[in-house]
Amino acid sequence: MTATTIIKQLTVAKTGNEAMADAMRQVNPDVVAAYPITPATEIAQIFSSFVADGMVTTDMVTVESEHSAMSATIGAAAAGARAMTATASQGLMLMAEMLPIAAALRLPIVMPEVNRAISGPINIHCDHSDTMFCRDAGWLQIFSENAQEAYDNVLQAVKIAEDPRVHLPALVTTDGFIISHGMETIKILPDDEAKSFVGEYKPNYSLLNHEKPITVGSIDLQNYYFEHRIPMIEAMKTAKDIIKQVGREYGEKYGRFYDLIEQYKIDDAEVALICLGSTAGTAKDVVDALRTKGQKVGLIKIRVFRPFPVEDLAAALRNLRAAAVFDRSDSLSGYGGPVFTEVCSALFNSENKPKIVNYIYGLGGRDIDIHTIEAVYDRLNKLKDAQDTGEIVSYLGVRK
Amino acid sequence: MTFTAGNYTGKLTVTELPEGGIWTEPGSSLMRKTGDWKTLQPVWDGQKCISCLTCWAYCPDSCFKTEKVLNEKTGKEDVKNRGIDLDHCKGCGICAAVCPPKVAAITMEKAR
Repeated sequence: MTATTIIKQLTVAKTGNEAMADAMRQVNPDVVAAYPITPATEIAQIFSSFVADGMVTTDMVTVESEHSAMSATIGAAAAGARAMTATASQGLMLMAEMLPIAAALRLPIVMPEVNRAISGPINIHCDHSDTMFCRDAGWLQIFSENAQEAYDNVLQAVKIAEDPRVHLPALVTTDGFIISHGMETIKILPDDEAKSFVGEYKPNYSLLNHEKPITVGSIDLQNYYFEHRIPMIEAMKTAKDIIKQVGREYGEKYGRFYDLIEQYKIDDAEVALICLGSTAGTAKDVVDALRTKGQKVGLIKIRVFRPFPVEDLAAALRNLRAAAVFDRSDSLSGYGGPVFTEVCSALFNSENKPKIVNYIYGLGGRDIDIHTIEAVYDRLNKLKDAQDTGEIVSYLGVRK
Repeated sequence: MTFTAGNYTGKLTVTELPEGGIWTEPGSSLMRKTGDWKTLQPVWDGQKCISCLTCWAYCPDSCFKTEKVLNEKTGKEDVKNRGIDLDHCKGCGICAAVCPPKVAAITMEKAR
């Protein structure tokens, strides 16, 4: 993160929500349709003040629900507009019906989304159950560790989603309150630089072009549905390369490099933690502290959960002896969280793989501190030489 | 309309299909003979019809055929009702319901 930056960037104090709204201002989408929901309300609220102040030329649509927000966004995108919205938790759940349609129509909508526990019981704080609920919707899912990444990820997501080889919608997530409302010092690009990085959007088709009328969203039965699903699957695979390319280009230009996963002190590590989002920041501190004690520990942060970085994870985990997958949601399958099961399936056909355990933590915003993470590393250090793996799925910090 | 049903063999492969499952030319509904869905069919009496075109406006499937005819009295063109496209009429009966009672040019009968 310390490469020489050629472009002079602005150092500002911003919360995650402010950072994402500012990235949206620089992108200047044609249409934003949004409905408020904690903790993502501020994103659209701040953006609407940009609209009111004439800082963007966006058509802001205040709709009556998240289902309408996503529907209006899809409609605008199908008309050839660059369209965005923002939401969280129950809002995302209400959008759920429309999400796979946006993907199937290959509309590169970018949506900042603030991770918040889904009801019930009702809760406004961070966990990943909302985003994980929509993991098979055909949307790219990019997780941010802090406000800086939230800003960088929104800009990159627009470029990735709009790439003709991808043309899939993208979710950029932050962790509710931890990132969304936490003020940090971040660097932002000059407006013209951000605009030129994102580039101009050239839509594939437009519903409003009466010179060339088309039908969008028609019924598609036994003889074609399957053929229409395959290009989405291919695009999702191709997206891995594009995400890497865009992350590299961003790093070369602005000094902050991005990849599908981030490997922190993994090269000589024996044990590692795998996690998403803000917890990676806390875990990096623990890794640093344990490294000073001579322990060979590391961290793998999954930045992109969709497409799932199977190859990169298998390669990164090859030389490890034990790993703990941190899940901020439970699949309610009776066998741990979604990140755990997907990491395991990514490794199943690998010859070299570590022992893997799963920790469900932080549900409903339950705090995760360095002592808890340290205790997990302690267990991994014992596990790497042990015969018996012991408990596969454990729950951190719950009163039993 | 430029729709050519012959282009749609039902056997196009993944790479031959346009992105996003869109139809790139209008008129594909001409391919679908939805008329065989109906259990009741409208019977239009051209002798009784006054060409008020209420049925034409209400028909959800645009199944009323019309024709422009020169009116010798006024010297202008009138639009005349020319009956129903039964290949696409689904037999909903709206046309019969909206036909003015004094005219009653459309009645519903058993389709088969």
